[in-house]
Parts: sequence; structure tokens; C-alpha cells
Amino acid sequence: MSVLVKIPAQLRAAAGGESQAEVEGGTVQEVLDGLFDRFDELRTRLADDDGSLRRFVNVYVAGEDIRFLDGLQTPVDDGSEVTILPAVAGG
Amino acid sequence: MAASHLQCKECKTSYELEALYVCDRCFGPLEVVYDHDGLAHDVAELRRRIQGGPQNIWRYADFLPLAGGPPGPSGRLASRVGLPAGCTPLIRADRLAKRLGLREVWVKNDAANPTHSFKDRVVSVATTRARELGYETIACASTGNLANSVAAHGAALGLESYVFIPADLEEQKVLATGIYGTRLVGVRGSYDDVNRLCTELCAEREWAFVNINLRPYYAEGSKTLAFEIAEQLGWELPDRCVVPVASGSLFTKIARGFEEWTELGLLSGGQPRMNGAQAEGCSPVASAFAEGHDVCRPVRPDTIAKSLAIGNPADGPYALELARTSGGAVDAVSDEEIRAGIALLAQTTGIFTETAGGVTTAVLAKLAERGDIDPDERVVLVITGEGLKTLDAVRGTFETHTIEPTLESFEHGVRQQILL
Ligand SMILES: Cc1ncc(COP(=O)(O)O)c(C=O)c1O
Ligand SMILES: [Zn+2]
Repeated sequence: MSVLVKIPAQLRAAAGGESQAEVEGGTVQEVLDGLFDRFDELRTRLADDDGSLRRFVNVYVAGEDIRFLDGLQTPVDDGSEVTILPAVAGG
Repeated sequence: MAASHLQCKECKTSYELEALYVCDRCFGPLEVVYDHDGLAHDVAELRRRIQGGPQNIWRYADFLPLAGGPPGPSGRLASRVGLPAGCTPLIRADRLAKRLGLREVWVKNDAANPTHSFKDRVVSVATTRARELGYETIACASTGNLANSVAAHGAALGLESYVFIPADLEEQKVLATGIYGTRLVGVRGSYDDVNRLCTELCAEREWAFVNINLRPYYAEGSKTLAFEIAEQLGWELPDRCVVPVASGSLFTKIARGFEEWTELGLLSGGQPRMNGAQAEGCSPVASAFAEGHDVCRPVRPDTIAKSLAIGNPADGPYALELARTSGGAVDAVSDEEIRAGIALLAQTTGIFTETAGGVTTAVLAKLAERGDIDPDERVVLVITGEGLKTLDAVRGTFETHTIEPTLESFEHGVRQQILL
């Protein structure tokens, strides 16, 4: 299963300057693991020591916050988009 | 300027005072840090300096992150350039207090700002900083009030602006934005969808999104509410503040303002208890507070309080921490209670607030009823927006007596008013 991960501007330097990456995986967890395997620096920036996502990291599958879905276990379809974004102040 | 750098609130990494908002290292939010060594150590002198400033938020320029100091010509009474915000009334609300069985309640009426909400404070600071950094276009993702303010500030300062709102926003807020000649974009989706889109867009455009890449500066503007309250109370702290919570930025920054002035010796005594107010239809912070969690689970908003309809509050963890450490709480009220809150404030103070103010007033009423407030406390109710912007919330809540222009028609057509 090949998924397109959108990398936020703040993390591009740690991802070889890329703004997106094709990664294999059937769940968000697998996709993120695939991404971290490729760009090791991203792991420490996005995840805590126990592997859970840091509290200001938002992850979306096809525009939907994964906390409304199955969290890191959310399944991803072939060709779907995973977006990583920081939390933002209100309006 | 007094601001020295930006710092990650989580891992404390330092950054330059640029248009940055997220820590590269840990994704935590960045915040402005100050070096106040240059300020007068003599408290009386510092107070005089503030009191000698203009009648708007620029009197607090020493505590704001602007390199060039306050914008525009000086002069105590002169309006400066743009849309000067702040110096809104603090009213002693004895009739409201009596109704709630309290002794001392003050209403900070921040509807009395240029575009009728507290957002003019944060937008003034963010926009002024954006100009210092060389931006020519300002933008925002908004639940309505920020939209009004960004559009108006763009017009006042001759900056281009882009305003993104949920497409189903109240008509009053849409009209009071578009008229300023902004590029208004209605997004089919919730505020959280608008926010996600704008966060992506922010990386693609050279724009100053006041609440995204300018967020550290934007947030500082809310401290001026605390400064004003303290100054208006005669350089004293209140015992408790009740404040509406959407992203949690306003709530946490009001507390920060009180702390900062206490650290500088301008104020003394214990910090106020901070009570956050949310609508039940969008209460991620109140729910996390009640459940004892230290992060918020996002929700899909469904409430008449659209200005507070942020389902994924960025400052949620800090709002929770503040409510707990200050001895306050975060509570939620129903749409019914919000309408009753709007009416209660209107009928006891003459102040007509929008749904967000209904939320805040209703939470104050709830705290009073629950016996959480000691009768001796000095409480400040922070009213952040204007009733004319959410007219649907009050439609059909009272009767108009329609008569012929004759005495007889009046005698028969108008029932005796029962005074409250
Ligand atoms: C009238 C009003 N009050 C309060 C708030 C809450 O602001 P914050 O997002 O800083 O919690 C908003 C913001 O959207 C608002 O429009
Ligand atoms: Zn950090």
C-alpha cells in the first residue's frame, strides 16, 4: 500500500528538504514508521520516547483528524494522503 | 525592544523574533520572551510611564513584542495610526452581582473595541509586527471575530488581506468582514477544517497569517486585557476571572499578563483563580478538565456559540494546567443557558453581548449557584464580543407590542410591564 505523506515546512530540513514522501503501510502507524525509517531525525521530533505522537502534532488522513478515526491504528488506502501539521491558535 | 527572543514552550529552544510559530525540534508552540532589565525598577515611575501613555493598548508597548515601539505619533490623547484597540470600560456590575448572590462583580466590556471584540487587541499587535517584518499581506483563519478585525486592520493600514471562515458563519459576521474590501473565502467545513487548510497554505504563501505564523505575537495582545483590568482596579489583582475559551490563547495570556506585572512589582498578592467558559456543544477543554486529563480530545462543534467553536484547541493543555494550578476550573453551559446568559447580562448591566459573552455569563451564574465563589471575592467577567453580531441567538425571546397610533390602542394593546 503506497501512501503520500505531506511533510510540514518546519520538518522539511529533517526530511532531506522534501515536502512529501511516498511511504508503504496499511495503517497510520506503519506509514509513520516507514517515514521514520527513511528520515530518522523525524522520529524524535514527532514522537515521544514511548513512541506516541507528541501532544502538539496533528495527523490527518484524507483531511480527517486521526483522533476522530482510529488514531495510529487508522487504516490507510492505497493512494491516500497523510498530512502532518502543528496545532494552531484560535480565531 | 523589550522582547528578546522566541522560545519553545515545551523544550525551551530559542529562536529569533521572526514569523515563526512552531519548534523545529519538538513541534511545540513558540512564545515571546522578554528582558525587562531596561525598565525602571522604581514601581511608581513605571506606573507613571504607563499612565502617561495613549488611551489604547500602546500604553503597554513596553510589554509587547514590537521593535519600533508603539506605532504612530505620540501624545496622550492622540489616536495613533490604524485602529487603536483597548482601554475598554470596566464596569462595576452591582445588579448582576446581587442577582447571583455575589458581592463584587466587574464586567470588562471588550465589545467596546473598533470591530467590537477583543480580537482587535491581538490583531493590532500581530499586524504591527507583521509590518515590521516586511509583510504586505495579512490573513487569518477565523470563527468570525478575527475575520472582522483582520479585514478592518488591513483596510486601516493599507495592507492586502485574505480572510478564511467556515461558509456557514452568522450573516452579521460575514457582512461585517466583507465590507472592508478583504478577500473573503468561505470554506465548506468546520473552523478546524479552515484552520488545517490555512496551516497548509501558510507554508505556500508569503503572508502573515495573524493566528498561524504570527501567533506568538498575536497571543501577546491578549495580555493587555489583564493589564487594563489591573490598572482600572487601581493597580490591584482581582480574585477571580471568568473568561471564554476557544483555542485557550486568551485565557492563558490573561493569566500571563497578571503574572508578568506581578513579577515586575507592579502588582502584588496571589494570582487570580482562572475560570474558563465553554459551550457544551464544543467543550473539549471543559471535558478534559472534568475527566482529569492533561490533553484535550478534539470534538466536532455543534453550538450557537460559533465564535468559540474550535474543536481542536491548540492551547488546551496550557488552559487545563492554568485552571488547575490557579484553583479555577473550566465549565460548559448549554445553548439554553447561553441565551439566558445573554439576557441576564443585558438586563442587569445594559451590555448586549454575543453568544461568547452568553457562555461566560452563564458560567459565572453556574459557579455562583454551585457555591464555588466566596461572597467576598472580587470577580471579573470578561465579555469579549458584541450582541449585534449574533442576532439569531436572541430572536423570538421577547415580545414587541404592535399598536395603532392611538391612546386606546396603547391602553388595550400593551400589557403592564412587570419590572424585573
Ligand atoms: C468573542 C470571542 N471570545 C473569545 C474567543 C476565544 O479566544 P481563544 O481562541 O483565544 O480562546 C474568541 C475567539 O475565537 C471570540 O471570538
Ligand atoms: Zn521545542
